Amino acid sequence: MSRIDTPAAGRMQTIARNPVMIALVMTLALAGCASKKNLPGSAGELGLGGAGSATPGSQQDFTVNVGDRIFFDTDSTSIRADAQQTLARQAQWLAKYPNYAITIEGHADERGTREYNLALGARRAASTRDYLISQGVPANRMKTISYGKEKPVAVCDDISCWSQNRRAVTVLGGAGM
Amino acid sequence: MIKVSLIRAMMVAAGMLAAVVAAVTPANAEVEININKGNVEPLPIAVTDFLQGELGQKISDVVAADLKRSGLFAPINKGAFIEKISNPDATPRFEDWKVINAQALVTGRVTQEGDGRLKAEFRLWDTFGGSQMTGQQFFTQPENWRRVAHIIADAIYERITGEKGYFDTRIVYVAESGPKTARKRQLAIMDQDGFNARALTNSNDIVLTPRFSPNRQEVTYMSFENQQPRVYLLQLETGQREVVGNFPGMTFSPRFSPDGQRVIMSLQQDGNANIYTMDLRSRTTTRLTNTAAIDTAPSYSPDGSQIAFESDRGGRQQIYVMGADGSGQRRISFGDGSYSTPVWSPRGDLIAFTKQSGGKFSIGVMKTDGSGERILTTGFHNEGPTWAPNGRVLMFFRQGAGSGGPQLYSIDLSGYNEQLIQTKGFASDPAWSPLLE
Repeated sequence: MSRIDTPAAGRMQTIARNPVMIALVMTLALAGCASKKNLPGSAGELGLGGAGSATPGSQQDFTVNVGDRIFFDTDSTSIRADAQQTLARQAQWLAKYPNYAITIEGHADERGTREYNLALGARRAASTRDYLISQGVPANRMKTISYGKEKPVAVCDDISCWSQNRRAVTVLGGAGM
Repeated sequence: MIKVSLIRAMMVAAGMLAAVVAAVTPANAEVEININKGNVEPLPIAVTDFLQGELGQKISDVVAADLKRSGLFAPINKGAFIEKISNPDATPRFEDWKVINAQALVTGRVTQEGDGRLKAEFRLWDTFGGSQMTGQQFFTQPENWRRVAHIIADAIYERITGEKGYFDTRIVYVAESGPKTARKRQLAIMDQDGFNARALTNSNDIVLTPRFSPNRQEVTYMSFENQQPRVYLLQLETGQREVVGNFPGMTFSPRFSPDGQRVIMSLQQDGNANIYTMDLRSRTTTRLTNTAAIDTAPSYSPDGSQIAFESDRGGRQQIYVMGADGSGQRRISFGDGSYSTPVWSPRGDLIAFTKQSGGKFSIGVMKTDGSGERILTTGFHNEGPTWAPNGRVLMFFRQGAGSGGPQLYSIDLSGYNEQLIQTKGFASDPAWSPLLE
């Protein structure tokens, strides 16, 4: 017995170097991203302020008095009647405050697979953008981004939450693709 | 690396692979497990503490744990051992092992070389046949002792089952922490048994769907870095990262070609996702699908000639297969519900998938023509299968109803032996590494 297997030994030495390399990755990555911060509104926690307190033309005014988000039916990208009203108000507001560029974030609920939901969120963002274009918002003011199912706002395991997570959120500013 | 022992090579040559299991092993017949039978009785095996000291015991514990978790072996409690192994090179007293029904016996020794390296050697004995089945030795740095144990467990698994093991492999996955509404995600890598976990990225950006290159040196994944969701390539040794290709929109769902020369992925443009490849040397991109649908989750056949993917071009998500050049696109899944995340088996004969039906998420497999569908596990949410390199075990992630987050599980191709993979926090999107040849 006792076969000496030098290739295996060499292979282990290769792996042995890895922890150092990985530590290096971490250091570089941390340094590279230290200055980044989350954009306000991108996680959708806004909307709690009183309607009367919002300064006209502010993010809060847009979120509270206009409505920054619309919702979708399961697996659907159609703009529902209630959503059409919201988007019409968004278009009017954006016409009144033409300095804002917007990013439309498309989201899916958790009841799908990851890859499909990324594409579904992108479809919802695109159909929202197209509707705003039809309401007179210039295409060059808008960007879109999909977060798939990765950024839910409501957390439970039934439809009361899923229906809130199937959404497109219009974010003033923001950075889309 | 590990070569198949001579005896095993002769056995294969003689076509003796089918056969016999645990219970009664006739004299002179080799100990063998036929894993093609599905749910086999685990083989009782005695894994003795390697000499000498604590490290030897730790190595034998890892070997035994690997074998046990495979579901094919039943390591016998050390308290039942009669013979105390004092010389792992000497022929053991087989009678002492037969009495406790140990069909196979492992002995071994760990010593420190003059240059500081560790030398680990083991012997596998057929107790009823009264013979040594294999014996090998390895050298490594002391900190790699777990890896040596996995390699030894692979050698035992291969010698007894006739199939390649999968213990000396790793999992790249997404480590998740924090509440669902503000979830932090990091790429991470660990041994297949959940040990030696390390982060590969920080948690500033959403990262998803990491996949190994065939040589295990690179990982392709999706990141939302700079709010630009794109497919990336990460060199594991150097830490170098780069965006794959110069695409005008979101790229996602990447995977390597079997030769490692291309990355296949989806490109999102407006409401449509189509499948593209990028040649990593020439940097040329090729479009493979052209529909108004969501075409995604592409996965090559192991010979590189075909690609399985999912598409909702027919209404709901279904699995399709096409030639590597995009030709001959045809639907293969026709069951109730929707099908997604097809992954071609390393053996080439099966495609694993996620199925949604009746409000449940299942992991299953089907033949590459769509026939012979078999569901391995069903529940509130199971997703994203990945194959062990020997094509015998799958890993996936599961989120139970009411749970805070996903965890990783493995399951035999037979649908038996489901096992939780212990991770520090929540975990999703596992991808199993290949074996190095």
